[in-house]
Amino acid sequence: MREEIIVRVGAKILVPFIIMFALYVHFHGDYSPGGGFQAGVILAAAFVLLALVYGLEAVQRVLPPWFTRMCAALGVLIFAGVGVVTMLLGHNYLGYDALAPDPTHPEHGQHYGILLVELGVLVTVFGVMVTVFYLFAGRGRESS
Amino acid sequence: MSIVVDIVLFTLLGATGFALLKVRNLFAVVMLAGIYSLLSAGLFTAMDAVDVAFTEAAVGAGISTVLFLGALALAGHHENRPGHTPLLPLIVVVVTGGALVYGTMDMPGFGHPENPVHHHVADHYLEESYDEIGIPNVVTSVLASYRGYDTMGETTVVFAAAVGVMLLLSGARRSSSRASPEGKGGGR
Repeated sequence: MREEIIVRVGAKILVPFIIMFALYVHFHGDYSPGGGFQAGVILAAAFVLLALVYGLEAVQRVLPPWFTRMCAALGVLIFAGVGVVTMLLGHNYLGYDALAPDPTHPEHGQHYGILLVELGVLVTVFGVMVTVFYLFAGRGRESS
Repeated sequence: MSIVVDIVLFTLLGATGFALLKVRNLFAVVMLAGIYSLLSAGLFTAMDAVDVAFTEAAVGAGISTVLFLGALALAGHHENRPGHTPLLPLIVVVVTGGALVYGTMDMPGFGHPENPVHHHVADHYLEESYDEIGIPNVVTSVLASYRGYDTMGETTVVFAAAVGVMLLLSGARRSSSRASPEGKGGGR
């Protein structure tokens, strides 16, 4: 597919919008459908599209496999870390009320907490999806 | 209008399901599975479950189709005919299905609004979540706050699944390099 100019240019135009849409789905997940999981998948889809059109090597130069593997673990760390932080602040594990800057409005803390743990979900799902895709796509080449 | 949409989507879904059973070309199977996911996403949207529809469209029709294609590139395009008759599997499926249908006889009416499942904690979430959590999307409130532990577990499961795939797919690489006499520098 590498010689198809329409596909190449089309993919190049689409990718920034896909990434932007993924971020919108994440940060607007409190008000509209979506959240970290969907955003992570959409973000991964942007890089999968690039890999399908421009080849695996080109994408792995931008997004090396060690980075996606690190993302997969980092997201779980962010999620679990939010729980530890709320515990250190004297609340229950994952009790987001602790994160409120103004204790009279604990629901603000909920808002921050949800955004943070959803960010953890996003990072893990993105890392996992791209890692698995790399493994499948890269396997045939190395054995041949 | 919505009943027409439902009937059309279910008809297409059924047709896709039967086509999936009949087709022997695995490339066509992967494409049909993607179509099946997309139709399911349409159905979820018609049932106002947009969050689920979103996930189904992105994961089922998007990423998993690509991953299946990646697996096909390694495994080849054609499914062999099974060597046995379908009689025994058919009997097992019919008996199991019959037992499951018998088991649902005692359950409350499907989709009835008075069912216990709709009133255990759901009422509290729907009525109080805006005051307690402060965000309009109840699905996000339940997912990330009321059921935060479950979501953390799910994230860990996704991570563990990736670790499993990494062990399976890159482990073979290392054993092939170990087969060579000087196997030190091979596997990463």
